[in-house]
Amino acid sequence: MPTPTESHSPAPAEAGTPVIEFTDVEKRFGDNVVLKDLNFSVARGERVTLIGPSGSGKTTILRLVMTLEELTGGYIHIDGEPLTHEQRGGKRVPVSKKQQKKLRTRIGMVFQQFNLFPNMTVLENIIEAPVHVLGQSKQEAVQKAKSLLEQVGLPDKADAHPTSLSGGQQQRVAIARALAMDPEILLLDEVTSALDPEVVGDVLNILREVADTTNVTMLIVTHEMGFARDVSHKVMMFDGGRVVEEGHPETIFTAPEHERTQKFLGAVLGH
Amino acid sequence: MEFFEDWPGYLDVAINWSDRLLEGLWTTIQLTIFGGLLAFVVAVVLGLIAGSPRAWLRVPARIIIELFRGVSLVVLLFWLMFVLPQIWMRADGLPFEGLVYNTFLLGVMALGINYGAYGAEAVRASMTTVPKGQWEATTALSMSWPHKMRRVIFPQAWALMLPSLTNLWVHLLKGSAIAYIMPFVSDFTAELNQLRRPTDIWFSHAFIGLVVYFILALIITLFMQALEARAKNKLGRGPSLLEILSPAPKPVTAGGAR
Amino acid sequence: MMSHILAVEVDDPTMVDEEEIEGSPFWDWEFAFEAFPQMFMAFLEVTILVTVVGTLIAAVLGLVIAILIMVLPKPLAWIVRWAANFIRMTPIVVQLIFMFWAFLWLDALTIGIIVFGVHYATYMSEVYRAGIESVPKGQWEATTALSMPAARTWRKVVIPQALRSTIPSLGNYAISMFKDTPFLLVIGVAEMVTVAGQIGAPTFRYTEVYTIAGLLFLAASYPTAVLVNRLEKRLAYAH
Repeated sequence: MPTPTESHSPAPAEAGTPVIEFTDVEKRFGDNVVLKDLNFSVARGERVTLIGPSGSGKTTILRLVMTLEELTGGYIHIDGEPLTHEQRGGKRVPVSKKQQKKLRTRIGMVFQQFNLFPNMTVLENIIEAPVHVLGQSKQEAVQKAKSLLEQVGLPDKADAHPTSLSGGQQQRVAIARALAMDPEILLLDEVTSALDPEVVGDVLNILREVADTTNVTMLIVTHEMGFARDVSHKVMMFDGGRVVEEGHPETIFTAPEHERTQKFLGAVLGH
Repeated sequence: MEFFEDWPGYLDVAINWSDRLLEGLWTTIQLTIFGGLLAFVVAVVLGLIAGSPRAWLRVPARIIIELFRGVSLVVLLFWLMFVLPQIWMRADGLPFEGLVYNTFLLGVMALGINYGAYGAEAVRASMTTVPKGQWEATTALSMSWPHKMRRVIFPQAWALMLPSLTNLWVHLLKGSAIAYIMPFVSDFTAELNQLRRPTDIWFSHAFIGLVVYFILALIITLFMQALEARAKNKLGRGPSLLEILSPAPKPVTAGGAR
Repeated sequence: MMSHILAVEVDDPTMVDEEEIEGSPFWDWEFAFEAFPQMFMAFLEVTILVTVVGTLIAAVLGLVIAILIMVLPKPLAWIVRWAANFIRMTPIVVQLIFMFWAFLWLDALTIGIIVFGVHYATYMSEVYRAGIESVPKGQWEATTALSMPAARTWRKVVIPQALRSTIPSLGNYAISMFKDTPFLLVIGVAEMVTVAGQIGAPTFRYTEVYTIAGLLFLAASYPTAVLVNRLEKRLAYAH
């Protein structure tokens, strides 16, 4: 599986079934429509960054993929299989919980607020799901966890308590925890927004390395435009629940076509 | 008041009656412990179900909780004592016949059900105060409902619900005094009340009786506070029990950012 | 008032003629309708009366206790605090019996109201204490800066701010007291559950009376609890 890909490597060919596919997705909270008629797909191994002003629905997209929010219209397919609803006999019917759970194990997520479990040590946080959800042996999971901790630069923190770690350290553990599940899809939800500026770089470097050394599909929401530019194959600009513009990061960041994108980038990059 | 006047005489009576008083005390302790255990089980089971996202589980649990909380403890006790056995009287050969006439057991049940329903509300409420991010992380890790409850949510809710459970257990101890009106249950209050008949210095005993209840309540409170300290320590907040109990407590190492 | 019943005598359910029971229906509507008016009168005349007056005592006395603990010199405050703890952490049932025999010349209903009022006052004092402590420090500092005398500070600044947040708790304790009123049977006050027992005793028919008693408690306490809950939420939003 680990076919090393360079940053800025050409986007994986759009052939075959997309790993994530949104079809006519609509999400509303009560009367408030957050996403409307959203169609896009992500190929295997592709890394897509969603940018746009807050409230534009980027985070909602990740939360829909992780089934943290209820989909109110349309379909999401993971590897060709329906995640929440499917079309059967011309009707939109919910899929079985079992099916949803099965698909969900292939998706990992790193949160803005880390969300480590305070009642467990760092190591326990990482091995909990591999052992009890995937059914790995404890020995195997511990071994993997230790190498992941090494990878995120915290080999000596296995027995530490999450509350005794700094924010940056907690987020690195959270990344290790998500990777321990061997996800095919990794969702990164503003993973550096809650961190002190001086540790943001460490966390992003770890994620760059993950991108370089694995073939995991990534859906990223971030305000770190440099990171987005380095890592992603495609950037999608959102506004008001719609895709305003999408394309190769170089194009979007250097020569955005749409006025909204120009304005937004101007504001965040400080031009 | 008059009960402060006759000190020398008190001792004799206290000695004569101490065996029965101790027996009564033992019954009260048993009522409190068994009632408390039953209440805890009822609280956790009903509380978990009442916090379920599924309406067909949640709604019946809420109704049962409101029912058991809403009728008074005394009414519940009398209902168990007088109405429940009638079912057995009318139909021969039902199992557990011996149990429905066991007034001690009925007392434990009334205490357990009534205070358990209050506890269920505490359990449910404490689970809603576990941060949303924790629930979301369990979803992101594909944990099943029993798994996330047992390993993530409940251990965190536990620290939050303990203060309420402490209060309820003290309430249960105090409520257990009403069991003295039941035939065949000679708890501490019953024995105290017996003392009234042969002696005119009953007040001193009643006062001592109140003190004994007070001490029992303090023991419960201290025990539960120790549990709470342990639970908080496990969540990485506050010192461990050992550190609290050691004569020179070490300064707690401050937790890192967020 | 039947304040001279000395001890409570509760029927022993095992001493009943089973034959007689088997012959009678489990639920007798006619009997239920006969029993209801008497029980409802006792409910209004005793249960509600004790709850309302007891709550008023608890509300006022609780505030007095809370303020005493805060303004008295340390040793005295300590005594008041532990006396309150003592009352709070000991059974109402024993307190009722104790007070009944200590003040034989007083009417049992009066004893009951006083015991409930004082017992719940010790709970309310904790609520008031929390309320007073939640008044921002800046408010105290402002009164000092204005050289306001202590009594006026309490009356005009601290208490009005502290009281607001305590109203839902007072409601909850009123409901709790309401459900504790059947404890009065230990001193022979003819409250609803006692009356229910008296109606049921001659024929050993308890199903109807105790079910009605439970439903009356439920019917009164549940809507009140919902109201208190709403009030709590509204106050929480207002902050």
